[in-house]
Amino acid sequence: MTSPAIAATGLRKAFKDKTVLDGIDLEVAAGSVFSLLGPNGAGKTTTVNVLTTLLRADAGSVRVAGHDVATETAAVRKAIGVTGQFAAVDDLLTGRENLRLMAELKRLAPGERDAVVDGLLERFDLVEAAPKLVSTYSGGMRRKLDLAMTLVGAPQIIFLDEPTTGLDPRSRRTMWEIVRELVAGGTTIFLTTQYLDEADQLADRVAVLDHGRLVAEGTPAELKRQVPGSHVRFRFAGPEGLDAAARVLTGATRDDENLTLRVPSDGGTRSVRTLLDALDEYSIDAEEFSVHTPDLDDVFLALTGRPTTEETAR
Amino acid sequence: MSTDAAIMVRRNLKHTVRNPIAVFNAILLPIVLMLMFVYVIGGAFDVGVDYVDYSTPGMILLAITYGLSATALAVNSDMTKGVINRFKVMDISRGAVLTGHVVGSVLRTIIAIAAIIGTAFLLGFRSSAGFVDWLGVVGFSLLVSIAFSWLTVGLGLAAKSPESAGMAVVPLIMLPFLSSAIVPADEMGTGVRQFAEYQPFTPIIEALRGLLAGAPEAGDVIPALAWTVDLALVGYLWSISTFTKRA
Repeated sequence: MTSPAIAATGLRKAFKDKTVLDGIDLEVAAGSVFSLLGPNGAGKTTTVNVLTTLLRADAGSVRVAGHDVATETAAVRKAIGVTGQFAAVDDLLTGRENLRLMAELKRLAPGERDAVVDGLLERFDLVEAAPKLVSTYSGGMRRKLDLAMTLVGAPQIIFLDEPTTGLDPRSRRTMWEIVRELVAGGTTIFLTTQYLDEADQLADRVAVLDHGRLVAEGTPAELKRQVPGSHVRFRFAGPEGLDAAARVLTGATRDDENLTLRVPSDGGTRSVRTLLDALDEYSIDAEEFSVHTPDLDDVFLALTGRPTTEETAR
Repeated sequence: MSTDAAIMVRRNLKHTVRNPIAVFNAILLPIVLMLMFVYVIGGAFDVGVDYVDYSTPGMILLAITYGLSATALAVNSDMTKGVINRFKVMDISRGAVLTGHVVGSVLRTIIAIAAIIGTAFLLGFRSSAGFVDWLGVVGFSLLVSIAFSWLTVGLGLAAKSPESAGMAVVPLIMLPFLSSAIVPADEMGTGVRQFAEYQPFTPIIEALRGLLAGAPEAGDVIPALAWTVDLALVGYLWSISTFTKRA
């Protein structure tokens, strides 16, 4: 298949006089994972809302699964599944009833429904919780059920809006595993996140959104290449070691609080050996030694001049 | 009714069964109010007839409006938790989820109306209404309940939080008190009296009063029907447009 699963050009959206999306172009290949990365208020949810027919863009065109979101809304809706930022589950129904509701609305054949529902309960480790009211579920279980509900009917394109925000590390890993399984099965995933490691882990392509504009797009590796700064980090047992090493390795940045020294380096064996030899010559022992290639945090800082943790007004 | 709406109605029926407190509230509060007015306060009012006979139509209306806050809360929780968005991005009929809420709301109201009429009879309510009049009472109460349910669905959709959704229905619950429900409008002070005469609840209550007495008057029934149909239409159109607009 050569036509993209999602193609958007010149997307604009403003609420009153506040511009939220300021000309966005996106293309997501079928069967790939695309991650939209950005801090709070960057416009991630608005983008998802426009792509999933919830909001109409002020300008620009969007085709999802080959259909125009403005004129062929029903066809788009048939092709997609959406899991929003908050678990959209029905508290007064049981887990099983929530899934059955989706199976009925998706018009699965009556004979097929139980198998689909049971399969999803099994896959999301919710079999035991299935007969209980969702109001008794933990946050992680609700998110799992939410995603399971989205998967009923096996939509070909799935939108996940910050699927792991607020999840504990274990549930996060489970969620990642599920995303990988889905992609292996040929599903296209559009994922928004504010976690850089998440985009790094899952996405084939990443776009960085800041104040309604895409400031960068590419594979995680490509984005990392845009920022210089791979380095070697040494950690010392005490301040004496740090002082001595700082005298020997000129051009290093020291962090007295953590007793670490950052030395710019390409991370290759030759340059690392040179560094280690230099320390050895003066009998300086480092407790710990690691090579860092820049992560997406560094990318974001380099692209926007701000760290990702900065909170911007919604 | 489309199949999507039928599925949603089943969802709301389950909600009703699993939330007995909401049903209980909708039934109990009007009954308590009725007992208060008939036994405690009503004796001091001179309304020309037995107070239980006078107050029953107003109490039927209170039974309709008291249940509305549960509807507003349920709709608002669907809206704010993203459940409505989940349905909106699916290829299902627009507004099916709202129809489900309206049917759930009307159902709860029917139980409350039956309970209040039963209580009225226990308190000595006598009606000279014939079978056709009773059909009129039932049909008209149903229509009023549908109209106010749609209005309430709109309030629930538009409200930013469950708290404001709960507050938004308070005027609907208070309005019957400023009508001819408790005492005749012409007993009220200037200002309130004019308000009571021209607000929709007064003709609605007077039409019910006429039907229950077996002597409906066109002068009450026609404006009451006009108000109810208008309110139903406004509530429906407003709900659908809010539903479409809010993401």
